[in-house]
Amino acid sequence: MTTGQSIIRFEGVTKRYGKVVAVDNVDLEVREGEFFALLGPSGCGKTTLLRMLAGFEVPSEGRILIDGQDVTQVPPNKRPVNMVFQNYAVFPHMSVADNVGYGLKVDGIGGSERARRVEEALALVKLDALGSRRPDQLSGGQRQRVALARALVKRPRVLLLDEPLSALDAKLREAMRTELCQLQAQVGITFVMVTHDQDEALALADRCAVMQRGLLQQVASPSDLYEFPASRFVADFIGSVNMLEGRLVVDEPDHAEVAVAGFDQPVFLDHGVTGAAGTTLWLALRPEKIELHKWAATPPHPGDAPPGRNVVAGTITHVAYLGSESLYEVALADGQKLKALRSNLTRWDQEDFALGETVWLAWHACSPAVLLS
Amino acid sequence: MSGGHQEQRPGQAPGVFAAVGLPPIVWLAALFIAPLAVIWAYSFGENRTLVDIAITGNWGSYARALKPLYLAILLKSLGFAALTTLICFILGLPVALAISFASPRVKLLLLLAVMLPFWTNLLIRTYALMAILRTEGLINSALGGLWGLVPGLPPFEPLPLINNNFAVVVGLVYVHLPFMVLPLYAALDRLDRSLIEASLDLGAGHLATLWRVVVPMALPGIISGIIITFIPALGAYLAPDLLGGTNSQMIANVIERQFRSANDWPFGAALSFLLMYLTFAALLLQSLISRRSAAREARA
Repeated sequence: MTTGQSIIRFEGVTKRYGKVVAVDNVDLEVREGEFFALLGPSGCGKTTLLRMLAGFEVPSEGRILIDGQDVTQVPPNKRPVNMVFQNYAVFPHMSVADNVGYGLKVDGIGGSERARRVEEALALVKLDALGSRRPDQLSGGQRQRVALARALVKRPRVLLLDEPLSALDAKLREAMRTELCQLQAQVGITFVMVTHDQDEALALADRCAVMQRGLLQQVASPSDLYEFPASRFVADFIGSVNMLEGRLVVDEPDHAEVAVAGFDQPVFLDHGVTGAAGTTLWLALRPEKIELHKWAATPPHPGDAPPGRNVVAGTITHVAYLGSESLYEVALADGQKLKALRSNLTRWDQEDFALGETVWLAWHACSPAVLLS
Repeated sequence: MSGGHQEQRPGQAPGVFAAVGLPPIVWLAALFIAPLAVIWAYSFGENRTLVDIAITGNWGSYARALKPLYLAILLKSLGFAALTTLICFILGLPVALAISFASPRVKLLLLLAVMLPFWTNLLIRTYALMAILRTEGLINSALGGLWGLVPGLPPFEPLPLINNNFAVVVGLVYVHLPFMVLPLYAALDRLDRSLIEASLDLGAGHLATLWRVVVPMALPGIISGIIITFIPALGAYLAPDLLGGTNSQMIANVIERQFRSANDWPFGAALSFLLMYLTFAALLLQSLISRRSAAREARA
């Protein structure tokens, strides 16, 4: 996807409700043509941020610019953005076509042009034949398409989506993800989406902003968020993670070692860490980056670490079979538990691991993400 | 309301309905339906002596009730009630909107303010209104005081605020405004806020949103409010009696006269039931409309 220059800018935006700070001094830039996701747990301020962009809330401090124009005080009906609401907010007393044409009608676009654009918009969301239906005759997925068409028909500079897929069932959600991506590519409009669902954000967005308690935690591409999280919160919020607290014992330009309680040997890292020896830090180790090995007298040797490093012995205490993969919970000698994920590559697994089995866990020197906060 | 009839759940004691429902049913039957039936029977009766009424099954009283003299009063009552309802709607819609958009604490206070008059006796409220409107009342004495401050004006002529049709409508509006505000508020409060936001988001201003989204969505509540205001206003007795002039009596005043000074119970009964039939027609209309919108909501 081609992304150009900045289309939306939040400059020091703060929103307070009484004493509660919903959005705390956010600086954020969204680029022209990108699919941008605001991600975070409920109450993190992401919806408030979106609503300020739509004009339903006015920031307590700071300004919001769209296309370089300060829109902070501009009412919602005068902004070049349109929104797809979480519950779709399709007008129940109007037909599908009247819903889609509503925004054009109030803009004074009449007769044949309105009819043509409504038809185009309905075709875009594959509802060509349903223009005369009433909303109560539509399924949830169809109603969402009406909401999409109704917003897109106005040709907004930015389309805002509030939890667009949360009300759909799992199968439909998968299909709709792909379709939303295609739709965005087709219309070339900047999409800003709010979601609490990390999978949704990772699958759809070009870039994501992760928020927590009103603060922007990290803005990055999905893969950077997952592989290079900026904080323990982000590492923990995006995907599953083993969080190991440790102390920096060796810090060289080309490698570092981190002592972790319960591990015989310090964890070996193939890169230097900024920090004095003795600093407390955290290693975020994703379950799929931990290999399971059958028990043997000599421990396995992960390629890029010195022998005996980055391996620990443990006992499998729980197996969750997830279909495409299995999640193993392994207890170390001191009782701490690590999660390891293993793909089920063959239908009949000769190397199956069983509950209660003693195993080696191993990981590469490049696998843990080092977090200072 | 979207709820329909519920099937009786297994294990639900059948006696519960009888135990809870019977006393009020008996109460209503003995003290409301039975007297009403008696009055209904009287409406087909004739006066024999001063105290004796024979139920002869004749329609004479109804025929008399539809004579121009009484028909004019009935039409005038309908006119008063319609005007009252219209004014209540024009005043009540902004009030109901304000209440439904207020913060929870303010909302409670405003609702309290709307309902407060209910807790005062209607007679006392009407007398209070008399004290405000009469020739030496609050409004006229205040105006007179102001008038007196300006030198060189002719002597103050009090405004004719009482004992006329104007006073009756003022009284009716004052008494019936809560009947309009509460159903409107209930309908507006139930309205999905995101629909209003969607309308604004799509470029509509506040007035366009009110007209194209809020009013159509709140229509069942608006119709309820209109009917609930119209019916009691139509049968109003105190306001025309205490605030009106000789020319502003309504149908309820005529009915009262038949039962008391004129001692013509069959005619009074016929007039009463004429009013009842109108009321039933209005209620039927309302239930038809609300059933249609309930069916639409149930499908949605």
